[in-house]
Amino acid sequence: MATRDVEAGLLAHLSTNAEIADSRSFASSLGVPHKELEDVIKSLSAFRIVESADITKETWVLTDEAKGYAARGSPEVQLVAAIPPEGASKAALKEKLGDVVFDIGMKAAARNKWIGFEKGNKDLVLRKVEDTKDELQEQLKGLENGEAVAAKVIDDLKRRKLVTKEKTIWYSLKKGPEFVLKRKTLATDVTREHLKSGDWKDLEFKDYNYGALGQPIATGSVNPLLEVRGNIENIFIEMGFVEMPTNMFVESSFWNFDALFQPQQHPARDSHDTFFLKAPATTTQLPNDYLEKVKQIHQSGGYGSKGYGYDWKRDEAEKNLLRTHTTAVSARMLYKLAQEKPFAPKRYYSIDRVFRNEAVDRTHLAEFHQIEGLICDYGLTLGDLKGVLEDFFSRLGMSQLRFKPAYNPYTEPSMEIFSYHDGLKKWVEIGNSGMFRPEMLLPMGLPEGVNVIAWGLSLERPTMILYGIDNIRDLFGPKVDFNLIKNSPMCRLGM
Amino acid sequence: MPTVSVGRDRLFAALRRVYTQEEFEKLCFDFGIELDDVTTEKAIIRKEKHLEEDGGADGDEEVIYKIEVAANRYDLLCLEGIARSLRIFIGTEATPVFKLSSIPNGSMLQMHVKKETSQIRPYIVCAVLRGVTFDEVRYNSFIDLQDKLHQNICRKRTLVAIGTHDLDTLQGPFSYEALPPQEINFVPLKQERHFTSDKLMDFYRSDMKLKKFLHIIENSPEFPVIYDSNRTVLSLPPIINGAHSAITLKTRNVFIECTATDLTKANIVLNTMVTMFSEYCENKFEVEPVEVISYDGSKAIYPDLSCYKMEASISEILGRIGISLDETQVISLLNKMQLQAEPCPSKGGPRISVSVPPTRSDILHACDLAEDVAIAYGYNNVPKSKPKSMTIGGRQPLNRFSDKIRAEVTRAGYMEVLTFVLTSYEENFDMINRKDDGNKAVIIANPRTSEFEVVRTSLMSCLLKTLKHNIDHPRPIKIFEVGDVVALDTSRDVGASNNRRLAALYCSSNSGFEEIMGLVDRIVKIVRAPHITFSHPYYVETSEPEFFTKRQCKIVTSDGKQVGYLGIVHAEVLRKFGIPDPCTFVEIDLEALL
Repeated sequence: MATRDVEAGLLAHLSTNAEIADSRSFASSLGVPHKELEDVIKSLSAFRIVESADITKETWVLTDEAKGYAARGSPEVQLVAAIPPEGASKAALKEKLGDVVFDIGMKAAARNKWIGFEKGNKDLVLRKVEDTKDELQEQLKGLENGEAVAAKVIDDLKRRKLVTKEKTIWYSLKKGPEFVLKRKTLATDVTREHLKSGDWKDLEFKDYNYGALGQPIATGSVNPLLEVRGNIENIFIEMGFVEMPTNMFVESSFWNFDALFQPQQHPARDSHDTFFLKAPATTTQLPNDYLEKVKQIHQSGGYGSKGYGYDWKRDEAEKNLLRTHTTAVSARMLYKLAQEKPFAPKRYYSIDRVFRNEAVDRTHLAEFHQIEGLICDYGLTLGDLKGVLEDFFSRLGMSQLRFKPAYNPYTEPSMEIFSYHDGLKKWVEIGNSGMFRPEMLLPMGLPEGVNVIAWGLSLERPTMILYGIDNIRDLFGPKVDFNLIKNSPMCRLGM
Repeated sequence: MPTVSVGRDRLFAALRRVYTQEEFEKLCFDFGIELDDVTTEKAIIRKEKHLEEDGGADGDEEVIYKIEVAANRYDLLCLEGIARSLRIFIGTEATPVFKLSSIPNGSMLQMHVKKETSQIRPYIVCAVLRGVTFDEVRYNSFIDLQDKLHQNICRKRTLVAIGTHDLDTLQGPFSYEALPPQEINFVPLKQERHFTSDKLMDFYRSDMKLKKFLHIIENSPEFPVIYDSNRTVLSLPPIINGAHSAITLKTRNVFIECTATDLTKANIVLNTMVTMFSEYCENKFEVEPVEVISYDGSKAIYPDLSCYKMEASISEILGRIGISLDETQVISLLNKMQLQAEPCPSKGGPRISVSVPPTRSDILHACDLAEDVAIAYGYNNVPKSKPKSMTIGGRQPLNRFSDKIRAEVTRAGYMEVLTFVLTSYEENFDMINRKDDGNKAVIIANPRTSEFEVVRTSLMSCLLKTLKHNIDHPRPIKIFEVGDVVALDTSRDVGASNNRRLAALYCSSNSGFEEIMGLVDRIVKIVRAPHITFSHPYYVETSEPEFFTKRQCKIVTSDGKQVGYLGIVHAEVLRKFGIPDPCTFVEIDLEALL
């Protein structure tokens, strides 16, 4: 009988009868095993179509061994019955009855004095009684038929491991609050068949587990650091900045330091701060006219400056290095701009790698990304710089700024930029800024009165703060954390 | 940036006011120095000895302020200078006028310079402080300032070295000479026996502090040395002073000599020493000059405490800041920064003449005056404004193109990694079975560790290394990077050029050779343009040692130019990186596809 028919039979019965008192007898009336009916009852109860009450009973049931004895008699009776009048050898009996029945039967029959042995031949078993009464078989049969058995007998059978306790459950049933004669089948999904057949009209959905996640999808992912880079680039472009070509990691000391009016004895030019190169060791092509002006301004000043008053060496300027800041590129761009006549104002930005020969730790790398922005025009002021910084940093979510006087060889005035951090409850330094010195701009050939306001910061620090990352190597370098890249939220800076 | 440790109570006494820490931090912020740390001598000793809290360290419980100062303000490298600058800044004191004491004719101390010094350390400048009163704190500050100057402007004594002496133990005139090391014989500071200077160099080779300076003279056939008229050695610059003339708390008259390879810096150093400590002289801020007489007969008198005169227009100063003030206001702001100024006649707008005292060697140009006015006015009081010019934003085409490729490869299901440009020689060549032909890679001259020996010429080892560090990630692993490699390039001024590359790596239980080809097919499809064409087949078999043979090829455009290569990574390469599963790698030159 199919499950559907069992369910139909049960519901039909209940619709005309008040209840089913005993599911076991109902199962046998349908001619199905109780287990099958039980499944139907559980399903109907869950939807409150029927109400079921459990009926439990503990019963003693025979073990497999005991079932054998109930059918064929106790071992001792079997043994006695197997002995012919002339007696039998132990080996013959064992073969006939099997080891277990033989062993148990021999012991019990001997205790009951039902058997004896021929004198002088312990191997020949003789039958000493004609008629044996099999009490054990009667007890076991009684139990099997559900007859009441004395507790003492049960204890005895338990000891002989012939009975075990078993719990049985069945049910009494009546109509539930949602009783129907025929229930609808619930759908889990809409199929092409549903649409085609028109079944979708009667479709009722099974409840959905919204606590479960959907299917994981195979997807690519971008590196969060570069995601932040992209958003900051957008901010620059919105503000009218054009990107500088920074794809040149190798730079000469001339463009990296000398052009920026950074004296040749400056500590940043020490080998423990800068990566110098063995190959290509030097730059020999430098713009000679300009180089001569740079030499003059360092050595003896000019353009209203006193200069540093030291012996400037071309060798020192020719030394190649991995650029320590993208300002080397800014210097090249400003020099190029100075050669273009007439002068046109510019806003430049770049975000690219710079290199420092420093010890690496959780927050410092030997190579990292520098963000740089600069504006070049007539008459720019420190107030303009503050205004531009406010525009820029407020788009990064930092609108409360403070400025501290600072020192930088190529800017004057110079300002460190601080922002109030709500989480840390203090002012934190977020970047550096300033106005390029005339000693840097005038030798390039930029017109008198043209100023450059500029600022810089690292890309890594704000990204670490934004994503709550305490080890930069999770984002950058061979030890990146794949799961971090995969699970990072999109960057909303500047949105 | 240098950091100066000063006793808080001593500092506040010098400022004649007690500040809360918050108030003091605010003052520092406005002036442009920073209270970096607050500690005690006891805590410093505990830290040095790695003792527990309250462990039995000796030392004072006096609170010490560690103050970070600008690298070009040598006058802020001691308590005296910081306190004086702040007093002037807050207006409780005027800038002192430093002057040379008038010495009767013929009685000025002399320093004779011998010709041989020009080969090793050509310059010397000197000065005398008379009637100095030291106490322990002043004495320590005097020693610390010399240390700080040696570390900073003196570039670890290479450019300038300072020697200070108890003048009453010496007899002028003095001579600055250069002699063969074995001829110089004296008892050095903190020692009790005589050394010849060659032996002394050997002796100091194990001295933690002094061994760093030996290289400055040790290869010279002659060492610089200063004698008095009794041939008493004052010092063996830039290594050590003699014990004979050592300064003590009782010293009253101090002789200061600075030997140098850079005369400008020697003057700055000498001026810093005397302007700071003439504060404790009997005649405050008065310094006794010394005549330096060169072997060629030329004479000069040091120290040069004259003020540097500058002229600037008010509009030049204020125009840089973006505020409007009158001359008097500008002058009073400059006064707060130790700069004296007065209006000077002009035909155009108002101009001022500024006197820069010897303490402010950092002032080089009118832009420095603008900064000082802005600081005195308050950076945070300067009104914000907006630059007026209209400009158009834009990006570098290569970077924009790279971003489009990055987006496409991400859409293809690859994860973006970001690796270092610097790598080891072994990883860039040997580990991927490649040979260095010596004319490709940029080599670092001073790598701190083997990780920074060479600039990568390919992204291959970078991606393999990244894969190795994430080897437990579920398969298939698909990673990529768009980044620059660098190669030697004689057509560029610097001799090297970057090249933008796309690299992708597939790793699973099978090699994914066809997966990577599928990615390349996709790239080829989207980069097609009138000037970038591919014809079938664009894969041409190769035989490179980093890949399995017969499972590697190059990618060529229709005019036969190679733009990339790919292959199943050779088992030997995988073994070197410790990767147990097969991989396919592709690298494409994006600049060739732009």
